[in-house]
Amino acid sequence: MKRLMTCIECPQGCRLEVEADGPRLISVTGYKCKRGQAYARQETEAPSRTLTTSVLTRGLELKMLPVRTSKPIPREKLFTAMEAVKRIVVTSPVRAGSVIAPDFLGLGVDLVACRRLERA
Amino acid sequence: MKERQLVIVGGGPAGMAAALAARAAGVSDVLLLERDQHLGGILNQCIHPGFGLHHFKEELTGPEYADRFAARVREDAGIEVSLRSFAVRLTPDRRVSFLRPGALEEVKAGAVILATGCRERTREMIPIPGSRPAGVYPAGLAQKMVNMEGWIPGKEAVIVGSGDIGLIMARRMALEGVKVKAVIEIQKVSRGLVRNVVQCLEDFGIPLYLGHKVSRITGRDRVEGVDVVKVDDSFAEVPGTAFSLPCDTVLVSVGLIPENELLEMAGGEIDRRTNAPVAPGVNLTSVPGVFACGNACKVYDLADWVTRDSELAGRMAAEYLGASPA
Repeated sequence: MKRLMTCIECPQGCRLEVEADGPRLISVTGYKCKRGQAYARQETEAPSRTLTTSVLTRGLELKMLPVRTSKPIPREKLFTAMEAVKRIVVTSPVRAGSVIAPDFLGLGVDLVACRRLERA
Repeated sequence: MKERQLVIVGGGPAGMAAALAARAAGVSDVLLLERDQHLGGILNQCIHPGFGLHHFKEELTGPEYADRFAARVREDAGIEVSLRSFAVRLTPDRRVSFLRPGALEEVKAGAVILATGCRERTREMIPIPGSRPAGVYPAGLAQKMVNMEGWIPGKEAVIVGSGDIGLIMARRMALEGVKVKAVIEIQKVSRGLVRNVVQCLEDFGIPLYLGHKVSRITGRDRVEGVDVVKVDDSFAEVPGTAFSLPCDTVLVSVGLIPENELLEMAGGEIDRRTNAPVAPGVNLTSVPGVFACGNACKVYDLADWVTRDSELAGRMAAEYLGASPA
């Protein structure tokens, strides 16, 4: 089955024409870089997204710490991940890249800090 | 009065890039004024990914993008960062007055770079008829509330305008459990990047009404809903197409206005329509020795381009000052 897809890897937003048999990619055209090709495959087999959100802090210079998953996670896990994030409180100073939750939800990705935060 | 070689107003992506580039081009003494208690500007609230693909060849979030520049700025002994410092006056001969906790300071600058960014256009600027209840927010303000303060502004939201901030906030609110009813865009096409329509709306099943406008906001104390109507090519309402969407929150994402009051005080010419400086080229103003870069110069859709052009502004200021690389 053929379908149209917009690549979300970068702001160019290439229009991809994807031919697939269920979750199996057959062919893809329309990409301007190799990220587009990889995106079409991933999106066909198992859509995934990087989750970015903020977690509460205590005793640090800002009320919230922006965090992200170190790699994309399955798209259908986004809301489960948000529930888990709400239970986290960060109390120690961090740097960009500090791991907040290793192997987050057993998904094989870490939840990492996106900025430096010192004590208040 | 203290004399400084280069004073930069604003410690966001534009100000930081200009400061670092000016230093690299030989300016030895830079004063960077930032009104917040951190460097980074609006990037600090832009916690979504999509930054740095051009500049760093990898995808970063806003805070990560800012952090990389802030670290270099902090390490540079030739850049004095003055936080919680709000510039209140600029004269044609480049005297800059600023407030910081407990003091009003004045410095004489050899050159000035205005990197003051943008403000959001508000509901009053479109304008939407109806009552004036609580629950109507500019999308960028809501972004700061949700991402930095941890406040969720409502339970059911409608977003007016499909600019990138509106699209990104649609996803953000949806992730936080808010029911996002619709994004309403008066134009025939989305104003935001197509990737944001896909990953922010389609992923979450949020309808995008193109060629529609909000004709009324209803509610007494709190927003109770919006009336939506289709518009024709001349933006006139099409009879018989109106419908209502109940909601308690309306986010308005209808564009940005460069913030150029300081330039205006210094006698600089400003385009009344866009609020951008009138000048023969990028980063220039009509006041000698005063430059404007980043969103204060023109509204950019990518921070990477702000960095690129602001680095140029830093080099232009260095050239104006007659500096040469050490």
